[in-house]
Amino acid sequence: MDRIPILKMGHSLLVSIQVDMHDRLALTLQDDLTQKIVATRARGVLIDISSLEVVDSFIGRMLVNIAAMARVLDAKTVVVGMRPAVAITLVELGLSLTGVRTALNVELGMRLISDADKSEQGAGHEP
Amino acid sequence: MPDTLSKDVIELLRRHEAAILDEWMREQMADVRRSRLIEETEMRTQSKEFLVLLRKALERGAIDDLDGRDWEELRHMLADLSASRAKRGLTTSQTAAFVFSIKRSIFDRVRQQWAGDAERLTSVTWAIDTLLDRFGLYMTEVYQKGREEVISRQQQEMLELSTPVVELWEGILALPLIGTLDSARTQVVMESLLQRIVETGAAIAIIDITGVATVDTLVAQHLLKTVAAARLMGADCIISGIRPQIAQTIVHLGVDLQDVITKATLADAFGIALTRAGLGVRRLSAPTGTSVRAPGRTEAR
Repeated sequence: MDRIPILKMGHSLLVSIQVDMHDRLALTLQDDLTQKIVATRARGVLIDISSLEVVDSFIGRMLVNIAAMARVLDAKTVVVGMRPAVAITLVELGLSLTGVRTALNVELGMRLISDADKSEQGAGHEP
Repeated sequence: MPDTLSKDVIELLRRHEAAILDEWMREQMADVRRSRLIEETEMRTQSKEFLVLLRKALERGAIDDLDGRDWEELRHMLADLSASRAKRGLTTSQTAAFVFSIKRSIFDRVRQQWAGDAERLTSVTWAIDTLLDRFGLYMTEVYQKGREEVISRQQQEMLELSTPVVELWEGILALPLIGTLDSARTQVVMESLLQRIVETGAAIAIIDITGVATVDTLVAQHLLKTVAAARLMGADCIISGIRPQIAQTIVHLGVDLQDVITKATLADAFGIALTRAGLGVRRLSAPTGTSVRAPGRTEAR
């Protein structure tokens, strides 16, 4: 059974979705990701959807769910690389992915996570 | 083959061509001279061509079959003429007058020719009258079609022209909206904005609605859609240029703009955008001259 690879980069996890999502795959991804966040103590999750030409309400909901799960585990989720046509379609569908951070590409998403991390660490206690 | 009626008309046209043309020209010039939109020589050429083509068409085809192939040449000529007159700004009546103004000179000849034969006179007059009326209507139709084409082309141009996305600074885009914001425009605006976000990698976009005449719930919804789409691409939006009346309208309509940063002027929005990007504006030296136009608030950031 195919899985979506989850790569660790520093304190973040990188998920690049490049195949059509279906129910089972989405569930597996949620499973794998939550385990990996706990195992690696990751602070951020980057989901790259730049190769997706079609994002329907199912994937939209999946992204919102993943973001919510990651938040519970104290990791920030950033969805990166959404295409203009996909963004317009999602808005027309009434899905604006509230609660999910977004960035134009992986690089900017990475910066978003590290910036947020820094400001949090500055305010709080050193581990 | 031409019937007797057509033959009569052809004969009449051939015999009095020069005279008809002269009288017709006088008639036309009296009508058009005031507007000075057409040269006399050009008009003479056109009129001459019309008479020649009319005679040719009559020789070939039936007088009541104007949609047929025999009349194609003449139809073509009239269409060209009509289009060129429409382009020059002549009115519909001025355009159609080209054909109608020939009536007097032709009818004068007809009357002279068949003064004693009332039946013949009536039938020839009727035939020519109907013919010319149909030409006139045809010209009007072409004229209108030309105008409609101009309108639809202008609409298209306006749609493209009115949605420029400008880069104010590295990573800061501005979208000055002018005119009304309907669904079609929103689509174009959204597409061009998102495209520019991809191209420039901008993180902040300022939507300036100073030029938007009215903001109702539908326009507000379109704006919010654009903001949401830009956010999905990882860019934050600031809406600026909200006039006092529009602020009141928005509140009275109960439109929720809580999640969007709104500013009164584009300058304010730009200031916020610069701060977000970690940039600022600094005065390098004391301004020269007495009329200082640089606003103090920009300096404060």
